[in-house]
Amino acid sequence: MSARERILAKLRSGLAGSIPRPDDFEPAVVTEPWRYPDRAARIERLVELMSAVQTRFERTTRADWPTRVLDLLEARGIDRLLVATGMAHGARLAAHIEGLAKAPSLFAYDRPIEAWKSELFDSVPASLTTTRGAIAATGSLILWPSADEPRLMSLVPPLHIALLEASRIQDNLHEVIETEGWAAGMPTNALLISGPSKTADIEQVLAYGAHGPAELVVVLLEDA
Amino acid sequence: MNQAARIPAVELSSRQLKANAHEALNDAQLRTNMRTAMDSLIAKRLAVMPEAEREPLRELGNHVRARALSKLPELLERLEARLTANGVQVHWAETVEEANAVVLDIARRRRARAVIKGKSMVSEEMEMNEALEAEGIESLESDMGEYIIQLDHEKPTHIIMPAIHKNARQVAKLFEQHLGEPYTEDVDELIQTGRRVLRKKFLDADIGVSGVNFAIAETGTLLLVENEGNGRMSTTVPPVHIAVTGIEKVVENLRDVVPLLSLLTRSALGQPITTYVNMISGPRKAEERDGPEEVHLVLLDNGRSQAFMDAELRQTLNCIRCGACMNHCPVYTRIGGRAYGTVYPGPIGAIISPHLVGLENAPDHPSASSLCGACGEVCPVKIPIPDILRRLREENVKPPAAASAHPLRGQGSKYSPGERSLWRMWVRLYTSPRLYRAFSFALTRLRRLTPARLGPWTLNHAPPRPASRSLHELAREHLDHDRRGADR
Ligand code: SF4
Repeated sequence: MSARERILAKLRSGLAGSIPRPDDFEPAVVTEPWRYPDRAARIERLVELMSAVQTRFERTTRADWPTRVLDLLEARGIDRLLVATGMAHGARLAAHIEGLAKAPSLFAYDRPIEAWKSELFDSVPASLTTTRGAIAATGSLILWPSADEPRLMSLVPPLHIALLEASRIQDNLHEVIETEGWAAGMPTNALLISGPSKTADIEQVLAYGAHGPAELVVVLLEDA
Repeated sequence: MNQAARIPAVELSSRQLKANAHEALNDAQLRTNMRTAMDSLIAKRLAVMPEAEREPLRELGNHVRARALSKLPELLERLEARLTANGVQVHWAETVEEANAVVLDIARRRRARAVIKGKSMVSEEMEMNEALEAEGIESLESDMGEYIIQLDHEKPTHIIMPAIHKNARQVAKLFEQHLGEPYTEDVDELIQTGRRVLRKKFLDADIGVSGVNFAIAETGTLLLVENEGNGRMSTTVPPVHIAVTGIEKVVENLRDVVPLLSLLTRSALGQPITTYVNMISGPRKAEERDGPEEVHLVLLDNGRSQAFMDAELRQTLNCIRCGACMNHCPVYTRIGGRAYGTVYPGPIGAIISPHLVGLENAPDHPSASSLCGACGEVCPVKIPIPDILRRLREENVKPPAAASAHPLRGQGSKYSPGERSLWRMWVRLYTSPRLYRAFSFALTRLRRLTPARLGPWTLNHAPPRPASRSLHELAREHLDHDRRGADR
């Protein structure tokens, strides 16, 4: 018998004569305390929770966001931005900077990680990614990394800028999972991100920028 | 190197809990560090868990875990099938030796020279670092707390905050000594040093190892929570990811993790959620540009199935490893995690360790509790820890040969025929009125013979001396007196 068979046999004998417990999952317990009446309330809750863990918000519009992004890069003296130039938002940003006298260079994560690991780790100061949505209850962004926006885009660069459409903010995680039918097909990697990387491992003193980004900026499109 | 301070192999020091505790109690620095840390964790949890939300959520959390355990074999098979369909390779191990062999096999096949680890208590059970290093493979912890204690050749003393027993000064000295960094007690600078050193290691690692917080059978998903990002690094940057977990970590449906996640992060850290919730459902797909080429899951038993055999003890496996029971334990707070000498300290350690290492190797663990009940009260999945502690105490004083439906490894290791006959006498005394009267008469009349010293009790207290007359005598006298009064 293999380890698998032995373990399963033992567990089965431990259950002999018992019946499985019914599924009495009560969604109200995980949804009702975390409901928000409207978009404004959801935004307020999201901003409150994420700001409490040092996330910065740029509240802007569909028309204005590229300017805001350029401003915040300039304020930090950053001249290179990792962004999916093949996606709509990347193309939009590229079009926006065309003809500007001073603009950051945009480049995409268009190779497998093996081809540029040390460059990604050592010389990418900032990234901009889209988000799938957000969760008001816990103050979390939802990201499903893809071929255009791979997993490490939101992890390795010290500054992560996340684009969020206000209409995509939902009340709580249960609602997200149910309305979007997550159980029917999960991506290889799904992420909830609720602030910049942090640790309290030394004397419980909170320090930001542990292994991931030291700074997270959410560019919130309030009219989207 | 500070080899002396290293926690020796589990089997050795866990038997000396009492001696270890004695030593820990005399360590003023440790006691201050622990008290401060626990007070703050207690306050943080309370601040984010109003009772009206908490109690229904604990109830639901308990039901989710109990349901998962009530169909554990089936869920493990479903998990395996889903993961396999997703491209993850699933391995089973009854013992830590088997689990290490699985990891070493993969490492050899990949010709791995360096392994980077996210936080995993199961890998601590396996002593995976030692197993890899014995084969000449570097195995480095990347969680800041784990990294700090690995530098000091220590083991975690808390399951969530492994270096909770150290203060900034101690960490500063460690970094100065081992990394040649200029001495600083500034926590931000210390963390930046850790970040710098470890970033290089993520780049070079051939294999990333992680634990698992919840394994979801429905979707074949491994869910990991963390604040630092080292877990995401370890599971994304190296070409191979090996997740190790206990067989009890599976839940049935994706939605089942909603209450558990909420309970876990709030009970553990007082956070509504951790910075990262990382859900992994497979290796890198052809079109994807990062993520590991291979993902493995090692399912480890290591004594868990023993707890599973008994309906009461099975509840031990509800545990979601939040650490709240430790934070609220008056014993843990005073002696710290090292004194337990087991991978899991505190109340959860006291009830799980006997299954992992055998009662004979953790004989005093079930007794390292005042049974104040705090652990059971805060446990987010409602494990009746005090009841289980009492049960284990009982199991450990049964005659070793006594037949029992679900024998525990090492049970009866504290059995003493002398003590047993003493208690038998006690029972006789208290069940026979005649004997009891004679005994209490003798005790009250010979009260002056009470010894002046009674072990540790008399260090701080007056010796207990029986009253000159027993309560029975007094009551009887009182009644007689009343009756006489009534007659008059
Ligand atoms: S026993 Fe309960 S309180 Fe203790 S770590 Fe496990 S889940 Fe948390």
